[in-house]
Amino acid sequence: MSKIILETRGLTKHYGGVHALEDANFILHDGEHVAVVGDNGAGKSTFVRQVTAVEQRTSGEIIFDGQPVHFSGPLEARQAGIETVFQTLALADDLDVPSNLFLGRELFKFRLGPFSWLDRKTMRDRTLEALKTTAVKIPNIDNPIRNMSGGQRQCVSIARTAAFASKLVIMDEPTAALGVQETAQVENIIRGLKDRGIPMILISHNLRQVFDLVDRIVVFRRGRIVASLRKDETDGNDIVSYITGVKGGSDTAYA
Amino acid sequence: MAEATHGLGGLKYDPAKRTRAPEWNVFGALVLIIVIFEILNRMQGGSFLFNMRDNVDAIFNKQRLDIMILQVAIIGIIALGVTQVIIIGGIDLSSGSVVGATAMIVMSFAQTATVNGNPNPKAIFGDWAMDLPVIVPIAIGLACGLLAGLINGLLVAYTRIPPFIATLGMMVSARGVARWWSNGQPVSFPTAEYGQLANGDLLGGMTFGLLTWPGQNPAVVFVLLAVLFHVIMTKTLYGKRCYAIGSNEAAARMSGINVDRHKVLVYAIAGLLAAVAAVLLTSKNLTAQAGMGVMYELDAIAMAVIGGVSLAGGRGSILGTVLGAAIFSVIISGFTSIKLDAYYQEMVKGAIIVGAVVLDQWRQRKRARG
Repeated sequence: MSKIILETRGLTKHYGGVHALEDANFILHDGEHVAVVGDNGAGKSTFVRQVTAVEQRTSGEIIFDGQPVHFSGPLEARQAGIETVFQTLALADDLDVPSNLFLGRELFKFRLGPFSWLDRKTMRDRTLEALKTTAVKIPNIDNPIRNMSGGQRQCVSIARTAAFASKLVIMDEPTAALGVQETAQVENIIRGLKDRGIPMILISHNLRQVFDLVDRIVVFRRGRIVASLRKDETDGNDIVSYITGVKGGSDTAYA
Repeated sequence: MAEATHGLGGLKYDPAKRTRAPEWNVFGALVLIIVIFEILNRMQGGSFLFNMRDNVDAIFNKQRLDIMILQVAIIGIIALGVTQVIIIGGIDLSSGSVVGATAMIVMSFAQTATVNGNPNPKAIFGDWAMDLPVIVPIAIGLACGLLAGLINGLLVAYTRIPPFIATLGMMVSARGVARWWSNGQPVSFPTAEYGQLANGDLLGGMTFGLLTWPGQNPAVVFVLLAVLFHVIMTKTLYGKRCYAIGSNEAAARMSGINVDRHKVLVYAIAGLLAAVAAVLLTSKNLTAQAGMGVMYELDAIAMAVIGGVSLAGGRGSILGTVLGAAIFSVIISGFTSIKLDAYYQEMVKGAIIVGAVVLDQWRQRKRARG
């Protein structure tokens, strides 16, 4: 088996008295694509927020790339190599596509503190390149993204993640608000990541998409991981049973 | 065809439908307003900017143009800083008062010891502060503006109080400093060199007779600063960060931009520019008064807003503000030229500011609808 890129041991998050995440033990191998599924409030997003350090965990361990990590914030997590697409878009509406793609990691012709000279041409060329591989449809990348559709903006956001992906990509419901064609484009980007051997955690409600894209499916229910199944040893009904608690749950009358 | 499908993923891109730079609209408005006033003036038997009847050599009505350029220059320098503050989603109400306080302090270090053989009647300090080299008052003035700007920036960035409140406080306090400095007395009689700063003729005959007049320096400084900040805002990381912060502060933070530090920098630069205006203003008038710069902050904000700078942040440009400043000045001297009463001018000025914001919002909605 290839090396483990991300592992959580006993990861727990309490919001006051609410146990949003309880003793999550999770393993992601290098190059592996894993889907995290579960009902609303099952702890999927909470899990991601602990890994990306948007929130600080109550207890438990996170081992990333062989090292126990304690990121102070999402920025540090990103610098360590975890790229995340959040449900709320982190884009600057008044900037064009290249500026958004390179936001916070601009390229320069020469450096002079805050007055460093931007290398717009290279950033633009690299943006075109990055978008070409993703087949995203954008009429003019020099327009501010304010005027673009929700799907185009989401694609920019995901292309940005894909372009800078180094060690791990996390996507929190990347296609939730997208149309059919745009969803297909996002899925293409994800397949591209797979071909490049970049591991990914995908949070999704769309089981068709999950079975299309990932190697393994992890099911959350009521703050706990109740199942971790390889795609070829399970099916949609099986997953739904775990999600709803028909299977694997100790809280149902039938258990 | 290759050029037409510049778009990605096979989506057709029509260059003709590209969003036109909003500065063109502002420029169009400027031309329109000049034409309107020219017509109004001709109807009264006079002339506004163009002067083809009295003097065959001169295209422009030079006297009027001179006054307008001077008006634009000093408040325009403030507007350059205010523009940057508004682009990051802030506001600076303090610049007029900072001009006042800086003017009083600067002038106190620019005084000359003897006036017509008598000791300087308005002397603030003893002999040690008389006839200092001109660089001393300039440095002290810039330091004052920088300090005020830094305080504004630190308040906004680290106490997280709204910029409106932080700079309102500075507006009141700095005016207090200006009044306290010499118990409300004007500070006058600067050295000859200090007077030359704004009344001098830096370019001389280099401008082919178009802009030669004694005391053009404020305009020269304004143009140089406008070019400098235009380049900074469009070509450097500083500008990119300004637009990113004004556009989506949370995203800017997520992207690793040190938003707080950048805000301090932007407010500090705005304070510095207000100080430059104060130096030029006192040099021009050869005196400083506690009431100097009153309402300048609103004029500067008006210039920016007329020039298409969005009060919501993220949108606007230095070029737009320069054009906005020109419009502002054309309207004011236009009213004077058609002999409209000064009271009406104030009223109309207010209406123009509101009108510019309404127009901006309307344009945005129209664009959003496609």
